[in-house]
Amino acid sequence: MCLAIPGLVLAIEHRFDGTVRIAKVRFGGIVKEASLEMLPAAAVGDYVLVHVGVAISRVDEAEAKQVFRYLEEIGELDELVPMQDDTAPHQRAGAVEGA
Amino acid sequence: MKFLSEFRDPALVERLVDELHRTVRGDWTLMEVCGGQTHSLVKNGLMDLLPAGVRMVHGPGCPVCVTPVPLIDLAVRLVLEHGATVFSFGDMLRVPGTTRSLAQAKAAGGDVRVVYSPLEAVAFAKANPGRQVVFFAVGFETTAPANALALVHAHREGLRNFSLLASQVLVPPAMAAVLADPASTIQGFLAAGHVCTIMGLDEYEPIVARFRVPVVVTGFEPVDLLHGILMAVSQLERGEARLENQYARVVRPEGNPDARRVLREVFRVADREWRGIGTIPASGLEVREEFADFDAKVRFGLEDAPEPASAGCIAGKVLRGQARPTECPHFGQACTPLTPVGAPMVSSEGACAAYWHVAQAPVTLVRGGRHG
Ligand code: SF4
Repeated sequence: MCLAIPGLVLAIEHRFDGTVRIAKVRFGGIVKEASLEMLPAAAVGDYVLVHVGVAISRVDEAEAKQVFRYLEEIGELDELVPMQDDTAPHQRAGAVEGA
Repeated sequence: MKFLSEFRDPALVERLVDELHRTVRGDWTLMEVCGGQTHSLVKNGLMDLLPAGVRMVHGPGCPVCVTPVPLIDLAVRLVLEHGATVFSFGDMLRVPGTTRSLAQAKAAGGDVRVVYSPLEAVAFAKANPGRQVVFFAVGFETTAPANALALVHAHREGLRNFSLLASQVLVPPAMAAVLADPASTIQGFLAAGHVCTIMGLDEYEPIVARFRVPVVVTGFEPVDLLHGILMAVSQLERGEARLENQYARVVRPEGNPDARRVLREVFRVADREWRGIGTIPASGLEVREEFADFDAKVRFGLEDAPEPASAGCIAGKVLRGQARPTECPHFGQACTPLTPVGAPMVSSEGACAAYWHVAQAPVTLVRGGRHG
């Protein structure tokens, strides 16, 4: 119900005497229209999060990268620190398959 | 970066699962509020990857599931008695009412239509001035701004044939109600990322302070969910209770100010009945009196009725995280997505339907399905 997906703003049109901005947004292979009335600053080239035909947020690439940097760090720690903990990963053998 | 596939990367999922296993020492019960998160957790098999010390219970976060039966009945009456064209999101059509669902009203000759966006219903109303068009405005804070925008468009166009049947609910009061229940075992929350995209973070500080539970605003992809769970259990292991934002790529602390402004202009906060839970104070959004012309209840003179009890359905417990769907005697027997007894079996985001689909998948391959 609250499903909202990120898509790339390809173009912006003005409708209703210029009062309403509508974006063409690409989601994977599909292009759909989304209202930009709640995202006045959105521009072509932005990734926006669209919910029921309305763009509700701009996706911030720097913040996304922050998460990946953190995930890289825990991965590296993984390699540096030998397992001393026997309740750790190998207990759930095979659990990640199909994730 | 496409902000989607990266957050489904199996290598990152594995890394997070390892880190969770390294982090968890105690036994912790977390609730994810949002049905979209429930669906993602179950569908991606993430719960099987969690350490034994982490138990996820599923929250009331499916607006379709918590829409009271009497409101479904009102929508059905609008179709069959008032001859209105009722638009809604697809999931609403199959939710059982007292005598009929909207799908059954449609089968009986009523004009019921599914839309992707409420703005489409306004466009239809404009193109069909001879029809009364009602949008069944279901949703949380995520969806309510789009519903409000539909009303604003209709108002600007001077439409006399468009109205909203509002069934909108607010998440923080429900979180507080679930936590205040003496039977609650919840020690931490994953807050619903898209609700916070609109409303921001402020509303959760009082919940953290009052109940001393970690609240982590979390996204919907597998990496997001596991990261959110890791942040919450890390706090619990350290004896902390703070508000954190895992979903910062989308959620700003102030939310979306333009969406919040439209919400304030169009709707007022009201007490609200949640199906299976009961009335929660200040947990709903109704159309403001200034826009009474666009309120279907006012336009058609409809009265709310109290919620009837549905026999044997334990949706109330399921929605509060106090029972698993599989503990319900009807689950998979009398109650399946084809013959739903309660609403959590109807919407794909309802916890009962999520469990049913996963339970069916392997069985379907072997025996072509199981029907009680
Ligand atoms: S399985 Fe069906 S009857 Fe049981 S709680 Fe879920 S919706 Fe209600």
